[in-house]
Amino acid sequence: MSSSSSARSAPVASPTTGNSPGGPPRKRLAGSLYRLAMLLGPWILVIALWYGLRYSGLFKPNLIPTPVAVAERFWQLLVDGNLLLHAYMSTQRVFLGVILGTACAVPVGFLLGWYRGLRRFMDPLINFFRALPPIALIPLVIVYFGIGETAKVVILFYAAFFASVIVMYEGISQISPLYIRVARTLGATDYEIFLRVIIPLAVPHSLTALRVALGVAWATLVASELVAAQQGLGAVIQEASAYFQLDTIYMGIICIGFIALVMDIALRALSQRLLSWQERHH
Amino acid sequence: MSNGNERIVFDHVSKVFDTENGPLQVVDDVSFGVSDGEFVALVGPSGCGKTTMLNMVAGFMHPSDGTVTLDGEPIVGPSADRGMMFQDYGVFPWLSVEDNIAFGLKLKANRVAAERRRQIVDHYVELMGLGDFRKAFPKTLSGGMRQRLALARAYAVEPDFLLMDEPFGALDAQTRTSMQDLLLGVMGEVKKTVMLITHSVEEALYLASKILVISARPSRIRRVIDVPFGYPRTEALRDSSEFSELRGEVREMVMREYAAQEDQARSNRRKQVGQAQ
Repeated sequence: MSSSSSARSAPVASPTTGNSPGGPPRKRLAGSLYRLAMLLGPWILVIALWYGLRYSGLFKPNLIPTPVAVAERFWQLLVDGNLLLHAYMSTQRVFLGVILGTACAVPVGFLLGWYRGLRRFMDPLINFFRALPPIALIPLVIVYFGIGETAKVVILFYAAFFASVIVMYEGISQISPLYIRVARTLGATDYEIFLRVIIPLAVPHSLTALRVALGVAWATLVASELVAAQQGLGAVIQEASAYFQLDTIYMGIICIGFIALVMDIALRALSQRLLSWQERHH
Repeated sequence: MSNGNERIVFDHVSKVFDTENGPLQVVDDVSFGVSDGEFVALVGPSGCGKTTMLNMVAGFMHPSDGTVTLDGEPIVGPSADRGMMFQDYGVFPWLSVEDNIAFGLKLKANRVAAERRRQIVDHYVELMGLGDFRKAFPKTLSGGMRQRLALARAYAVEPDFLLMDEPFGALDAQTRTSMQDLLLGVMGEVKKTVMLITHSVEEALYLASKILVISARPSRIRRVIDVPFGYPRTEALRDSSEFSELRGEVREMVMREYAAQEDQARSNRRKQVGQAQ
């Protein structure tokens, strides 16, 4: 690209501004230190608070295991406690629930977003079902789906579907009619408009719906594994609570949080790649 | 009033919208024709129904009364023979510059072979000065570049007509002027029949061969002005005394309509207040 055209914005502007000879490398070092601090800072803060609470005297010491004790329990279960199997089982359930949930939510949300009459009709129902806590549905799920894998996935499906369907239809209903008009004046048929305008515009909303579904499904995992689960992180937590093993409970919670976080980061990176055309407003 | 080579004809056209406060007449008994190769500018207060008139030509709206015809046939819907440009550009953000231009050429209505498509895209990328940005997404383009891209995309499918709704309204003064010159240049190469909506009397005079001064709502045609300047036109025209004289005259006419609209709004408000009490 030629450098003469002036309308390109900021990115190229900075390198010339460092004026002292030692400036740029020092700046680069400062920059990476800053990034490292931003990356680790929040976790260090949490651990510090954790220690603070532990030794503050507000709680009995045996009610708050130290981070080190939790880390030890993590290592122990990883080596000979099937932790990987538990994590795998939970991840599998979450995946199934999220994939099935968004696979239904995307087309349904699309229709609701597109047809305003349909949306008005369905909106109260969707909000009604969305408001129900999945944990309250467990007895019914057991009655209709038994206590096997299906029952657990059904609960996750339920949570994922209702969370993502709303994201989807809110997004679709805000698609600007301008692009559709432009396409029409270029001679597009309804089918071509759907294929070449609506679908590309629906992709960002589908990805957001997927992200929301994933978050909600992880948040619902423990509830779903209340249904007679032998394996899974939720099951580990429940079993530990029966024996009052606080360090195991903490470890299970942290594992769930971290797996959810890693998946969210991966999904975010994927959508940034797919949606590099989007304008971002900082 | 038809005289043979008129292609778009408004024949006693009225348009009434149903609103929450009852029917609202936006266009009132409008008749005029646009001849082949003419550049017609519609000038008038905002909200006066100009866009409605343009939308009826595009085929997005239909008259409540009277007919809008194209080559004698009533207009039923949008089609690729009437390209349109909007104030908000409407460039597709998910497509690169060249894919935006190629968009229309991939549709069934005007499909061409890949090789030909590339040629057309190359031509317009060059013509609109977008060479450095062919692979770029619109988010990296300035307003003026986006509007050039929109013009390229409209031109690529070779419409007979170009309908422009305040196309340069969002641009700063300098960009606006250079877009006007660019448009005149492109039109000099491939002539189109144009309808342009604008608030700017200066813009209308500089670009159009005919100006319709539109009244405050409901739209009626107050005056038809044949612009006495030939093409090609250059910036020098703006400095000529004929140009500034005519500009003063038309501006006064338009200002009167703005004033009428203000009065209207004021009396409406009084009516509403009266009803509320």
